[in-house]
Amino acid sequence: MRDRILKDQEFQLPVSRIFIAASLLVALLLDWLPWQGMWLAFRPDFVALVLLYWCTHKPYHVGISIAWAVGILADVADASLFGQHALAYSVLAFSGIVLHRRVSMFNLYQQTLQVFPLLLLAYTVYAAVYWQLRGSISWEYFIGSVVSTLLWAPVTILLQALCRPRAATDQL
Amino acid sequence: MEQNQPLRFFNRGPSPAVRLVFFVLLSLLLLFVDVRYRYLESIRSGLSVLLYPLQRLVTAPSKLWHEVDDFFVSHNSLIRDNAELRNQHTLDIAQLLQLQVLKAENQHLRNLLMVQQRADYPMQLAEIMYVERDIFNRKILLDKGTQANVLAGQIVMDDSGIVGQVTRVYPWMSEITLITDKDHAVPVQVLRNGLRAVVSGSGDTGELALRYIPISSDIQNGDVLVTSGIDGTYPPGLPVAKVIHVERDPAYPFAHILCAPIAGVDKRRQLLILSALPKLPERPEVVVETTTDKPKNGKRGGR
Repeated sequence: MRDRILKDQEFQLPVSRIFIAASLLVALLLDWLPWQGMWLAFRPDFVALVLLYWCTHKPYHVGISIAWAVGILADVADASLFGQHALAYSVLAFSGIVLHRRVSMFNLYQQTLQVFPLLLLAYTVYAAVYWQLRGSISWEYFIGSVVSTLLWAPVTILLQALCRPRAATDQL
Repeated sequence: MEQNQPLRFFNRGPSPAVRLVFFVLLSLLLLFVDVRYRYLESIRSGLSVLLYPLQRLVTAPSKLWHEVDDFFVSHNSLIRDNAELRNQHTLDIAQLLQLQVLKAENQHLRNLLMVQQRADYPMQLAEIMYVERDIFNRKILLDKGTQANVLAGQIVMDDSGIVGQVTRVYPWMSEITLITDKDHAVPVQVLRNGLRAVVSGSGDTGELALRYIPISSDIQNGDVLVTSGIDGTYPPGLPVAKVIHVERDPAYPFAHILCAPIAGVDKRRQLLILSALPKLPERPEVVVETTTDKPKNGKRGGR
């Protein structure tokens, strides 16, 4: 485990588009769980995390257009304004793509620190749009960006484990 | 970015920066259109139909949990609840009997005064599908939509008072803005003395604010606010909130008044949608004013 955390690069199967789509769908479903009360403030943005993962690890498979489309779906389900999530996710995907070489250089601990500003940026964009249109802002919303950042390492390990070639297939 | 330029052997389409600008502009355009106009509602409801099964799927575990929870309610608590409800029922029946008499009397008096009748409002029961996960929006989604003749603007209440208003309708769902939402306002009247005011949400689930009430006005702790009905959207006489805090600081022209919603705004699972709006959508607003003014004048004349 420790080995995996320290070394991000390893041999992986080529990811299929279906796997990417499925991971994004699962992230959307996780976001749509009925979060309530205090949990709502701590709710991490799984979609942002998974998008950022794909943008940094497979920048040619997942780009800003996919991020935008996923954002529109999130907008409809959340009944937020059209384009609010889409804008935040586009910015997030762009920053992920621009910094993908830099992020992949580091191990997971360092990556977490690298990822935090990106997620914070996406959260800020979302909150800023709301603030511009409605004139109010609730600060506990930003707790979510910290929780999301803490989940970066588990999500990365999970997605990489799913992409790793299975030992059994080698022996056959 | 510039370092990448000479290494581009494959055509991968426009650069990320160009794409970002394009999609940011597209999002901003959508935002602008969504805020200013209502053109996108059909797209939104179309997409929501696609997403509806997924949303149902996601809420299934919590629903199952609630059902299991209900199943294992202890015998004692059921008996206790039953006794309580029976008591309440007998009390209510006594009051209901009086209500019938009062209603008839009211109708008679209104006939005599030639004042418009108060209509009864049919309701339908709906269940909360899920609460909005957006921390900025105080909204809930109910499981009845245009298929059940829900219209935007209808009032949602529970057994004790007003909860919110339908703001957007999808085929099988409707979106309710709670009275505690920051942008939401309800025209009310103080039950004790008939003082009219507008109570608006504070963005916090347990609080409402009465704004722009002069310091000298007669409002006390514990006053009950009911809908005044003069806006033509809310039927009159439904309980909304109770005053919990009044602060009169002479430095400010207005008193600082906080209220707590009477209805369980964030507690219940089943809610009632008042299905008939008091026939106002068709009428122009000027007519509304005159019709609602008449009863007031009539009353005054009668006294």
